[in-house]
Amino acid sequence: MGILVDHNTRFLVQGITGNRGIVFTQKMLDYNTNVVAGVTPGKGGDWVLGGKIPVFDLVMRAVEVTEANASIVFVPPRFAADAIIEAADAGLALVVCLTEGIPVRDMMRVRSYLKKSATRLIGPNSLGVIAPGEAVAGSFPDQITFPGSIGVVSRSGTLTYEVVHSLSKAGIGVSTCVGIGGDMVYGMTFIDVLELFEADPQTEQVVLIGEIGGSGEEDAAEYIMSNMTKPVVALVAGQTAIPERGMGHAGAIINNDKGQAATKLKAFWEAGIRIATGPDEVPEMLA
Amino acid sequence: MQLYEYQAKLWFSRYGIPVPRGKITSVVSDVREIVEKYDGQAIIKAQVLASGRSKAGGIRLAKSVEEAEEIASNILSMTIKGQPVNKILVEEVVRVAQEYYIGITIDRSSHCPALVLSTGGGTDLEMIAQHDPDQIAMALIDPLVGIRDYQIREVATRTDFPRLHWRTFTKLARSLWKVFYDCDATLAEVNPLVVTPNGGLVALDSKMIVDENALFRHPDFIEMRDFAIKNSLELDAHKHNLDYVKLDGDIGCMMNGAGLAMAAMDLIKLSGGEPANFMDIGGGADENKVCYALRLLFSDPTIKAVMINIFGGLTRCDEVAHGICKALADRESTIPIVVRFAGTDADKGWEILKALPAIKAETLFEASQKVVQAAKGS
Repeated sequence: MGILVDHNTRFLVQGITGNRGIVFTQKMLDYNTNVVAGVTPGKGGDWVLGGKIPVFDLVMRAVEVTEANASIVFVPPRFAADAIIEAADAGLALVVCLTEGIPVRDMMRVRSYLKKSATRLIGPNSLGVIAPGEAVAGSFPDQITFPGSIGVVSRSGTLTYEVVHSLSKAGIGVSTCVGIGGDMVYGMTFIDVLELFEADPQTEQVVLIGEIGGSGEEDAAEYIMSNMTKPVVALVAGQTAIPERGMGHAGAIINNDKGQAATKLKAFWEAGIRIATGPDEVPEMLA
Repeated sequence: MQLYEYQAKLWFSRYGIPVPRGKITSVVSDVREIVEKYDGQAIIKAQVLASGRSKAGGIRLAKSVEEAEEIASNILSMTIKGQPVNKILVEEVVRVAQEYYIGITIDRSSHCPALVLSTGGGTDLEMIAQHDPDQIAMALIDPLVGIRDYQIREVATRTDFPRLHWRTFTKLARSLWKVFYDCDATLAEVNPLVVTPNGGLVALDSKMIVDENALFRHPDFIEMRDFAIKNSLELDAHKHNLDYVKLDGDIGCMMNGAGLAMAAMDLIKLSGGEPANFMDIGGGADENKVCYALRLLFSDPTIKAVMINIFGGLTRCDEVAHGICKALADRESTIPIVVRFAGTDADKGWEILKALPAIKAETLFEASQKVVQAAKGS
């Protein structure tokens, strides 16, 4: 089954009429993902993608009509926080936000708001989520993976492709791959996803892909040590980073000596978690 | 983006945080007039975006006008951590009874702002955290509600901040929250915050980092930004929407995706080399962007070899290959290039590069080993 999404998940696409919205929705459909609606304010009443997908002005209205229960967000940065809150207010169980560049203040407000809601947020600045053979909500190259027993959770995009690609080359499939995003403030954490993998019958082992900045990896190491029975392999990028300089991702920054790769690797090491030095090494490290 | 001290102080003072009287200048000839106003004594502070200015001799006390001129001329000729000192802040001398640290930062674990107060002002907060964590008090702020007065009292109580000054301190902490919030800061910090012998509070040093993703709300910061980017290569890269950070090694790197770039650089290091830069060309880069990016790498005189690693998705390997050809077409380069393509259109990419003397690699690990060898051989 994998976690978070499957072929029964009914997706609506926020920002469906934008360039990225159209391209990615088409890819979701090509993967037989169940996309039931789109939302673009001012375009309600239109039908897109060959007349297959109805567009609404409001998420709430789209949910009433199509019974969508998850959303993927392609809304531009300055409007994205509003889009996430709209989806939560409409009662969607899952919101996947791919948008990069949302101001951190907006995300801190969203995070605080979501505390009172049952909605799960993946991202922002995330590659999304894929349950191979079931559904895709995000940015994954075609045929990059196939169904299997490895859960993957990552802060990064292309580095995740590399890892999943090397798993595929080694004949290893994936239960679900989740990108939690490269921003400073985001929704589901490593721990939130690890909890789901631990409980998921399809997932037998987990690959965790971290990078510099924040303390999500250290928190995850502690969680794995005390709560997980399934083996985890970790990869941490950014040993050559210099302090106080962002390395591409807004969240990948060492502040006041906090968030260094060395500290994260040490935390995994002390928790008895196997550490891969690069993506090519991940398959052989799996038990 | 980090603001210079004098810029942060300007913003802090607009929000009612008391800062020392001071003037910014880039010429020694201004110094006399300024220091005369401050009774012939002043602190001269180099304006660079680096920590440890004091240790580097970039912050000094002058006890006379003449000494101030001498120090100013000396500091203006300095380079601190690679940054030439173009401006100095000349400030009145403030008497210090006690020093504190106060800052509002983002607590990455809790995903919300945090008010931090410490009795160990003037020193590095990280040092205090390591050696005397009890001296640090923190309160998490709900961004939907803002800072609460009780939270300010809470951190004040936990650090034994003198009750006598609670009222002024509460006002200052509220102002700091307001400037942090209004400016979309990720850090607003006063270190040290000093209590003067007559009981006033003054922000002796100020630091503010503003969220680049929020600059659309702050046109005044955008102007400050270009001027704050230190390295000319970085400025060029920034103008072309390339994520680029100059590093100290000799292997030029061009990758797509920040995490992948960092992982590739780790492997270069593991293979015995040192990356000259971080570069993420982003998703869906076209021929021209790739060509520009590669020329930028070649313009860095320290580079001995280049590694290009592209995982095709939104970015197409054939498009990247065309960009590489274009960049190499009009130059006689002797710098070896190691290329690895994977994912969408990798084969097409290779076909295009066939005629070039690029070194092919199958895996990321192989690419990093080959580029390190190439750099050592050239």
